[in-house]
Amino acid sequence: MTHIKIASAASRIWWGASVLSLLAVIGVLLFIFFFVVAQGVPAFRPELFTTVTNGVAGGLANAISGTLLLVVLGVALVGIVGFGTAAWTVEFASPQQRTAIRFCVDVLAGVPSIVVGYFLYVALVEDLGWGFSLIAGAFALAIIMLPYVVRAADLALSAVPRELREAAVALGSREATAFFKVALPWAAPGVLTGLLLATGIGLGETAPLIYTAGWSNYMPSLALTHSPVGYLTYVVWTFISQPFAQSHQLAYAAAALLMLFIFITNLVSRTALEAWGAQRHR
Amino acid sequence: MTTGLPYLQRRPAQFLFRYGFGAAALITALLMVLMLVFLVVFAFPAIKFNGWNILTGITWNIGNQYGSGVVTHNGVSAQPGASFGGLVFIFGTIITSALAMVLGVPISILVALALVYRIPRRIKPLANAAVELMAGVPSVVYGLWGLVVLVPWIGQRFGPFVTGHVGKLPVFGGEPGSGNGLLASGVILAIMVIPIMVATMRDVILAQSSSIFEASMALGSTSWQAVIRAVIPSVRSGMMASVLVALGRALGETMAVLMVSGAAVNQFPSNIFQAVNTIAAVIVSQLDSALTDASGMAQRSLAELAVVLFLITLIVNSIARAILHGADRVRESR
Repeated sequence: MTHIKIASAASRIWWGASVLSLLAVIGVLLFIFFFVVAQGVPAFRPELFTTVTNGVAGGLANAISGTLLLVVLGVALVGIVGFGTAAWTVEFASPQQRTAIRFCVDVLAGVPSIVVGYFLYVALVEDLGWGFSLIAGAFALAIIMLPYVVRAADLALSAVPRELREAAVALGSREATAFFKVALPWAAPGVLTGLLLATGIGLGETAPLIYTAGWSNYMPSLALTHSPVGYLTYVVWTFISQPFAQSHQLAYAAAALLMLFIFITNLVSRTALEAWGAQRHR
Repeated sequence: MTTGLPYLQRRPAQFLFRYGFGAAALITALLMVLMLVFLVVFAFPAIKFNGWNILTGITWNIGNQYGSGVVTHNGVSAQPGASFGGLVFIFGTIITSALAMVLGVPISILVALALVYRIPRRIKPLANAAVELMAGVPSVVYGLWGLVVLVPWIGQRFGPFVTGHVGKLPVFGGEPGSGNGLLASGVILAIMVIPIMVATMRDVILAQSSSIFEASMALGSTSWQAVIRAVIPSVRSGMMASVLVALGRALGETMAVLMVSGAAVNQFPSNIFQAVNTIAAVIVSQLDSALTDASGMAQRSLAELAVVLFLITLIVNSIARAILHGADRVRESR
């Protein structure tokens, strides 16, 4: 009988360790979250949002608007290419082509972001002479987001019921009409979930932007080339290593803002889009 | 089927539909090859200049820009005194990721099991959301936390405590260091890849039918034995793939490591507390000095390092894919 007792005691101990690990992991998350928020939120004054960074002090207006510009442009680029890729894969690709595309997307997801950044630095910033710029940064973000957008859209479009399209074609619509008027509305929540995921990823990227967007203390101009852009992650990275309390405060504020933005995109995709998507399956 | 110009004139929408999407797919398919080929072509003079030194050399020195003359090797020139040895960075990349896996894999398995078998149904969505949120935290934020919380703790408390007790033992003994270094990098990387592994492992275990668990229980196992001896072995390939995908992520991680690694150049860490450096981190930290190299060889050597990193992660991810292809498929999630 003793070995049964030992086994059940061991079972209980291991499950205890298992639950403790979960609590520890969530504890670390809460620690990081509240640490950053507690340090950063006191800096949330109106000037933070209205003035630009000035050396190691000032506000974050340039970095906030730069981050939003880069992400919006990046998502627009990846929206077109990523959605197009998924649509072609689902609509036109032969099974072999489909496997090949999915393979390429998986491989792309594994490419380190710094490699993407260095590639674009040499190709766009230097060779094409665009300089550190909005468009180079947006391209960097778009390439990094691409696999996630393609996967989400591929999944959503593949899940459109066959009968729905057949019905549309049987009623006389062309393939393009059937796609845009019938399949796309059905798959929209899934496609948007992918774009929101991409937004979250774009908000938090740093390494590839250092090489493509550069950094600027000024408000971003809307020029696509030859005009570097500031962004929040750069502030977190550099200002925390400065020996001034003011710059630390800015770094924490930038980190808190990033967490907040990412939290919101996460929340929207988890609640609104999930509810919208769930209607489809009733 | 009609194609080409007449088709475009008759049915512009249809034409755009088919070929517009086709063009997008072509871009996606060619992107990876384009990046690799471009970097290799750009790095080619460096590949000739460096030879095996990039993989075996320890000294990274862009040479003296004010020195006279040039150093020429295999018909390619660089600044005098230049040597682009990448072994310190390659070693650092592998050792930090290995440490992250040693710390992260057991914890991830335990957490995934807790999520599947032990968390009450009502709080499950909350716990899952927490794990997913954790995967979405930007790497600079982990780096920030590592720099101001973890590094001082290791440098002032944990490091001196351990080295003080084990003395001259290899790996753990010797100089406690400043806190920036191998241990801090490994811990931060572990924290970053745990949510990725937990999410995929949870999905892998959930996808496996519960009948294996129940059958094992019916044969008299404890619930833990059922999980360890029956459930986990049945999803071994999915678990392996999950670990390899996370490893690929750790190998390529830049910012968090850059902030806590201590940025070692030209030397290996003598114990887990000493400074290290990784390929990804050095590409960022060396850019400014590489730009001062008039011969351009430092920039090209950084590109060569980028190619090395690209290939390492490509191999790791390909193995993960091959394993998955052989057995049950998991959808990778971030």
